[in-house]
Amino acid sequence: MSDAASNLDQQAALTVASGFRFQWEPSQSGYVLLYPEGMITLNDSAAEILKLCDGRTAREIVEALSTQFPDADLEADVLEFLEEAHERGWIQYV
Amino acid sequence: MNGDGSNTYETPQPLWLLAELTYRCPLQCPYCSNPVDFARYKDELSTEDWLRVLREARELGCAQLGFSGGEPLLRRDLETLVEESRKLGYYTNLITSAVGMDTDRVARLKEAGLDHIQISFQASRQDVSDYIAGTKSYERKIEMARTVKSQGYPMVLNIVLHRHNLDHISEILDLAADLDADYVELANTQYYGWAYLNRDQLLPTREQVERAEEVANRYQEYYKGQMEIFFVAPDYFDTQPKACMGGWGNVFLGIAPDGMVLPCQSARDLPGITFPNVQDESLPDIWYRSEAFNRFRGYDWMPEPCASCPERFNDFGGCRCQAYLLTGDPARTDPVCSLSPDHHKIAEAFDEAAERQAQEEAQPLVFRNPRNSGKVTS
Repeated sequence: MSDAASNLDQQAALTVASGFRFQWEPSQSGYVLLYPEGMITLNDSAAEILKLCDGRTAREIVEALSTQFPDADLEADVLEFLEEAHERGWIQYV
Repeated sequence: MNGDGSNTYETPQPLWLLAELTYRCPLQCPYCSNPVDFARYKDELSTEDWLRVLREARELGCAQLGFSGGEPLLRRDLETLVEESRKLGYYTNLITSAVGMDTDRVARLKEAGLDHIQISFQASRQDVSDYIAGTKSYERKIEMARTVKSQGYPMVLNIVLHRHNLDHISEILDLAADLDADYVELANTQYYGWAYLNRDQLLPTREQVERAEEVANRYQEYYKGQMEIFFVAPDYFDTQPKACMGGWGNVFLGIAPDGMVLPCQSARDLPGITFPNVQDESLPDIWYRSEAFNRFRGYDWMPEPCASCPERFNDFGGCRCQAYLLTGDPARTDPVCSLSPDHHKIAEAFDEAAERQAQEEAQPLVFRNPRNSGKVTS
C-alpha cells in the first residue's frame, strides 16, 4: 500500500485538474467528473475525497476525512485513490 | 443486465447533446458528417428556441454538450448559448474548424463559461490541409490552436484520416505535440454521407491503416500522461460492428440546425423515417415517445443474425446508416459484421476502390458545398 502511494507528494496542495469538472449530477444521483466529451461516475468515497481536493494536501485530506469518519481506518485507501486519480490526470498539484 | 439473454430494455436518459447550430461552413471537407442534402435545410432555430431546447435536454439528463455545425462560430449568439449552457451545468465543448475565430472571441467564450475547444485539422501539411478543406485555413488553425492553449482551455485536436493523410501520421502527431495538445483524436473516415460519395478516393489500404496504428501506438506510449492519443479504426477494417452512437436512442441526442431531432447526425439520410422537430414537440416527448427514436431501440427490431446473437447487447446491431448504404435496408445487420449475410459488400468496396484507382478512373473528390449538395440530391 505504501508503494502505491509513493509517487504522490503528500505535502503538495491538490486540486481537480484543469479541464475536469467535479459536480453533482442529478440524473445520475451522484457526483461525476466531466472532461472533454466524457464523464466518470464516482462512488461515494471517491466523491468525498474529491470534494476535499480544493487546495489541501494529501495529508490534510486524510486528516479531514479521519475526523469526519473517526471509526474507519482510511489512510491507506485515501492515499491509494489520490495516487490513482493523480496518475489518471483527474487531479493536479496547485 | 441482460445476463439471462433476455431482451429486457428500458429507455435510458440521454447523456450527450449535439447542437448542430448551422449547416453553413467555410470549409468543404469531402467526408463531412452533415447530410448530403444539407443545402435544402436553410432554416435555423432562433436563439430562444435553442435556449428552450438546452433547458429541456439538461432536464432529460444530458451532461455533455457539443456545439457543432457546419461551423458554429458563424452563429453570433454562440456566446449567449454557451453562457446559458454553463449555468445549466453542461460540460460545454465547441467543435470548430477555427476559421472565423480570433483571440478576442476565444476570450469571450471563455468568459461565457466554455469548457473546451476541439479544433479540426485536415492534415499536417499546409497544401494537403488546404486542399482537403477546400479553402485556405491551415495557418489560421495553427494560430488558433496556440491561442486556445494559451488561454487555458484543454485542447483537443481532431484529424480525420483517409488515404491521403494516413501515411503522414507521425508528422501529424509531431504537430499535435508541438501545439501542446491534451488529446488527439485520430478518427478514420467512416463511409456514410459525403464520405460514401467519395469512398473510392478516400478508402485506404489495409497496410496503410495498420502502419498508421502502429505509429500511433508508439506515440501513445511515448507521450503517456502528457498527450492522450485515440486511434479510431475505420469500420470497414473490422469484423465486429461498433456500438454506433452507443445504441440508437440510447445516449445520444442530436439537434440539426432546423430543429430536427436525430439519434445520429447522419440519420437524416435514412429513408422512411420522419424525424420529429423541436418546433412541434417537446424534447421529452421526442426522446421517449417518438416513432423515430423507438424504431431501432433495444433488441426487438433486430433481424437475424443479430436477434439471437449474444453480442447484440454490446454492439446493438452496429450502424443503421451503414446498413442502409450497403444493403438498401436500414434494418439489416451492419455488413461490417463477419456474421452478416451482406459482409461480402465490404470486400467488394475495397476491390472497387482498388480497381478504379489502378485505372485512374476514380472520380475527383466531391467537395461538400451547397452547389454539390444540390447536384447530388437533385
